[in-house]
Amino acid sequence: MAIDQVHGARKVGRYVLLSAMAVIVLFPIYMMVVGSLKPGNKVLVHPLLPTDFTTSTLREAWNSGHLGRALWNSALVSTVITIAQVATSILAAYAFAFLRFPGRSIVFVAFLATLLVPLEATLTVNRRTMQDLSWINSYKALTVPFLATAFGIFMIRQVFLQIPREMHEAASMDGLGHLGFLWQVAVPLSRPTIGALALFSFLSSWNQYLWPNLVTTNAKYNTVQTGLKALKSASLDKPNLVIAGTVIVALPIFIVLVAFQRQLIRGLTAGAVKG
Amino acid sequence: MKRRWRDSGLATLMLGPSAVILALFVIYPLGKAIWLGQQRCGVTSCTNSGFRQYIDAFRSNDFQDSLIVTLKYALITVPIGLVLGVGLAVLADKYMRGVSIFRTIFSSTVATSVAVASVMWFFLLNPNVGVLAEWIGGRAKTPGLLQSEGLALWAVSASSIWANLGFTFIVVTAGLQGVPKDLYESAYVDGAGGMRRFTNVTLPMISPTLLFATVVLTTRAFQSFGEIDLLTAGGPKGETTTLTYLAYGSGLATSNDDGLRATVSVLLFAVLLVLALVQFRGLEKRVHYGN
Repeated sequence: MAIDQVHGARKVGRYVLLSAMAVIVLFPIYMMVVGSLKPGNKVLVHPLLPTDFTTSTLREAWNSGHLGRALWNSALVSTVITIAQVATSILAAYAFAFLRFPGRSIVFVAFLATLLVPLEATLTVNRRTMQDLSWINSYKALTVPFLATAFGIFMIRQVFLQIPREMHEAASMDGLGHLGFLWQVAVPLSRPTIGALALFSFLSSWNQYLWPNLVTTNAKYNTVQTGLKALKSASLDKPNLVIAGTVIVALPIFIVLVAFQRQLIRGLTAGAVKG
Repeated sequence: MKRRWRDSGLATLMLGPSAVILALFVIYPLGKAIWLGQQRCGVTSCTNSGFRQYIDAFRSNDFQDSLIVTLKYALITVPIGLVLGVGLAVLADKYMRGVSIFRTIFSSTVATSVAVASVMWFFLLNPNVGVLAEWIGGRAKTPGLLQSEGLALWAVSASSIWANLGFTFIVVTAGLQGVPKDLYESAYVDGAGGMRRFTNVTLPMISPTLLFATVVLTTRAFQSFGEIDLLTAGGPKGETTTLTYLAYGSGLATSNDDGLRATVSVLLFAVLLVLALVQFRGLEKRVHYGN
């Protein structure tokens, strides 16, 4: 008998406990979905049950919150940031892992030190920079400051370092240059970590809240997060419109996460593995 | 010598893009913020008041109050979040039919952004339409938990604990899967009960994971902005004005003064550095890395 198998009453107890916790965790999500499917004047009638089913609230939220535009903006901004972060991280990680140049370790420490600086310490100055460049209310403001990340460089460097040196030597003896080795050997071998980084980058930029609030005032550039804030302040008297808005905004990420569960777990635990 | 320099050109090209971005948007703004933090700024111009501004700001009631609020917030959300996350991960770490469904459910809150989670809880706790407010009654109905002195911070904490649960659950579950099964079996053979196996085998073996989760959750508490902005706007009477909200929130002394904003955010950076040092010093000793 494997000891991590449970039997009898203990098993029943465990199921009861698991189910109770599942109900508590799912409750807020369930309430949102139910609320979004009710007409405006019926939110408080049988709040727990999907009575008076309608999709009109969802449609109204979509239209009055300009959520299509916000979703498009978020998708665009997050995709650009993700591709750029993956590309810049792979290039820099390769230089740190495989190239010889003077001052390599000092430069690496300088890169790593940027991880200690919280975003919040830089935002005021960065917003002034955006003003000086006349980038307020533009996609440039939403993307350019985040096109590189020391976290990604560090993450990819760690896997590149695990590639045996002999492979590199053999490849260069076969006449494969650095870029050839990077593209044909190093990147394919590191695909799981690169996938995890991509998902992590996508989620962090999708979830940005403070920065878009600081550099956009025009609803045209609302991301889903600032769009939701705008919808909430504009429709305080129509709660289920806002509720429907959260459902619309949350849905794409739920789908992305279900599809990429493995990468997510690897990305989130990248810092937790013992070093 | 030649060998050492051989790759310099290519290295410059490969490091260039990252170096430019990090220099322009992390290193330069940090340096500039330290300078700007010594200014008081209007809309068009700034006047210098020197390094004293940091000391004055640190001593000010506004800063001290929000430092205390932030510490309280971290002391509520981090321990409760960790206990719940570890508890759920241990519960779901057995071979039982259907356990993967529970795992998906417990991970699910990771898909909600700060804005989504906060708006959800804003309506659950709303005194007019919120189901939770209806069930709890009393002060949850008038004036509402998010408006009640002494309770608002707890209400915000509930939202944030829920939103972070998915993250903690995923991280701890991954940590548990790294624990060698034979350790449990030998503890079992030695007659250790479930509780003993948990404290003597599980906890030490997942301590690196717990350290990681603690650091991340604490940092998130100190950087909390969205949940405050959407749930309470810092109120009532500043009871939920965390440090980040003090730096970037609206309707505060800092709101139209980039100088003061910079002062507070540089101080926040200093606080986070001290905190990181303390956490690693204090916890690293107790963490078991194996071998």
